[in-house]
Amino acid sequence: MSSSAPRHHFDSLAQFLLIALLALGAVSLLLLALGISPATIAITLAKGSVLSWQKFGHVLSIFTPLLLASCGLLFTFRAGLWNIGVEGQVVLGAIAATTLLRQGSLGLPPGLVLCLAMLLAFVGGGLWGALAGWLKHRGGVNEIFGGLGLNFVAQGLILWLILGPWKRAGIASMSGTDMFARELWMFTPPGWRVAPAALAIALAALLFSALLLLSTRFGLRVRAVGINPLAARLFAINPARTALAAMILGGGFAGLAGGLQVAAVYHRLLPPISSGYGYLALLVVMLANSRVAPVAPICLLFAALAAGAIQLPIALQLDSALSGVIQGSCVLSALFVHGWRQRLKGAR
Amino acid sequence: MEISLATFLAAVAAMSAPVILAALGETLTEKAGVVNLSLDGAILLSAMAGFVVATSSASLPLGFAASALTGSLVAAVLAIIGVSLHQSQVAAGFALTFLCRDLAYFLGHPYARQQGPQLTTLPLPGLADLPFIGEVLFSHSLVVYASFLAIPCCLLFLHRSRWGLMLRCAGENPEACWARGIDPNRVRFAAVVAGGALVGLAGGAFSLAVKPGWGQPQGCEGIGWIALALVIFGGWKPLRVALGAYLFAALQLLGIHFQDAFPTVPAQIFQVAPFPLMIFTLILIHASRRRRGRLNRLLAGNAPKWLGRAYRRS
Repeated sequence: MSSSAPRHHFDSLAQFLLIALLALGAVSLLLLALGISPATIAITLAKGSVLSWQKFGHVLSIFTPLLLASCGLLFTFRAGLWNIGVEGQVVLGAIAATTLLRQGSLGLPPGLVLCLAMLLAFVGGGLWGALAGWLKHRGGVNEIFGGLGLNFVAQGLILWLILGPWKRAGIASMSGTDMFARELWMFTPPGWRVAPAALAIALAALLFSALLLLSTRFGLRVRAVGINPLAARLFAINPARTALAAMILGGGFAGLAGGLQVAAVYHRLLPPISSGYGYLALLVVMLANSRVAPVAPICLLFAALAAGAIQLPIALQLDSALSGVIQGSCVLSALFVHGWRQRLKGAR
Repeated sequence: MEISLATFLAAVAAMSAPVILAALGETLTEKAGVVNLSLDGAILLSAMAGFVVATSSASLPLGFAASALTGSLVAAVLAIIGVSLHQSQVAAGFALTFLCRDLAYFLGHPYARQQGPQLTTLPLPGLADLPFIGEVLFSHSLVVYASFLAIPCCLLFLHRSRWGLMLRCAGENPEACWARGIDPNRVRFAAVVAGGALVGLAGGAFSLAVKPGWGQPQGCEGIGWIALALVIFGGWKPLRVALGAYLFAALQLLGIHFQDAFPTVPAQIFQVAPFPLMIFTLILIHASRRRRGRLNRLLAGNAPKWLGRAYRRS
């Protein structure tokens, strides 16, 4: 992101409404052209996401990993790094947590094992992020391509583990590893779709990130490096070290998202463990323009869209990818509206 | 499974055709100073558009035209945001790539797993009967011939034509471009749209020739990222970019053959492996280029000076 771009997508309600109107207008036109009523779609999406407690639970279960991955990306984006490797970092977190959880409780209290597993997930994701950071610093590899390569490696690694060393007793299958021991399932009250502890971890991560980024010296350093690494050097900030720290923290939070997916949602490791939430988080942070405050509401909105879209194939025989179309349109509209306003300002 | 060298090379040529088209399209775009990160989604969307149009109209030329048009349209959106409105090209490209992917799956849903038309091979009379060379080079479909032709055309256009000079100038030094009475942003816009058309053709080449059909997944997912990596690590030189594409196709084919040789290793590993292998091979080549030496100087390629930066007239 260029330093000249002001970072106030949401500086006014008018701008927010303009972005929403443009994105929804474009998608509605597309739907009308296909002979589908946008109102029907809107009702189906709402029914599938917010109109019942059970469905809202599903929204929260998407919100949790999305928020964690987005928190991680806040660090790297603010440091000026396009951390597309976030998807691989989620996967590595899931793998790291599984290495411990598949052993059973080892005679320790299950709560302790779960805590250790989450710690491992953070470390696993953090190391994967550090690797991309190291490739950039030492190898001169752009973080976009280093991260992308590492995403493919992570995908290969998880497939190999599930079909090879960790294969299900009897037959290897793409449906994942064996289930963990029952006492190692993160507690989910009956009727809930999300483990309260997982949700609490995600919200705590948001608070922690906000504090660290907005009111500490470290947060200021990250910002300085993101805006102008050369000038940062004049203030005795080491850009390489700060960027690496941002990559480690960012990868750590993404890894935590993966760890929670295995511990609280699936209770086993499966190939699509990240469900693309890493990539979705990229859109969230872009729409938030790397600012902390809008991240949680955008995550909630995107999670509702993703949850609601599951109803589309069932109710209307449409592909659920429509949610991604809406999300992508939002980001593009934001860029467009922002650029347009800058142009108007320049013309005056 | 034993196959002859000629068959293997012919398969490499066939498989690499869309990758070459996409990578050359991106080379043109980046030479003009614009990064188009939307390749992966744009290829998928134009593959879908090409397949749907070709199936409904029962006409392959119309299908390819629709692919190229789709690619140009996606690129035009990027150009409006990234060139005309001076916003971050990387952000616009990322958003577009995810948007196009989901749009392709959403719009293509009713057409999934349908039987569609498919480009047949067209052995060139006379040339195809030559020993070895005939099989490797002259018994392919039109898409592959197009990829062969695109390499010298791209090279000549960039380095031996007035338009190519303007395009490179817009990427290297837009100020100078403006001083000569040429609006660099207009040149950039045209380059992005033209490059997008090539990327769109790559999509059509997938769904109508190389991996015929439409479904989720189509089979061309991830190729756009490889094409992007090829451009950077190929040093923005059409010839080296194309060589990289052949290397990638060879890796993919070797993966399929290793699959038979090592039945104990899950097949999925061999399908994924070429992607990281390719990216890290390119990285290694790139890293070794930092050292001096005649060979390295020959291989060295520099990024266009204004790559990724918006041009604002001061």
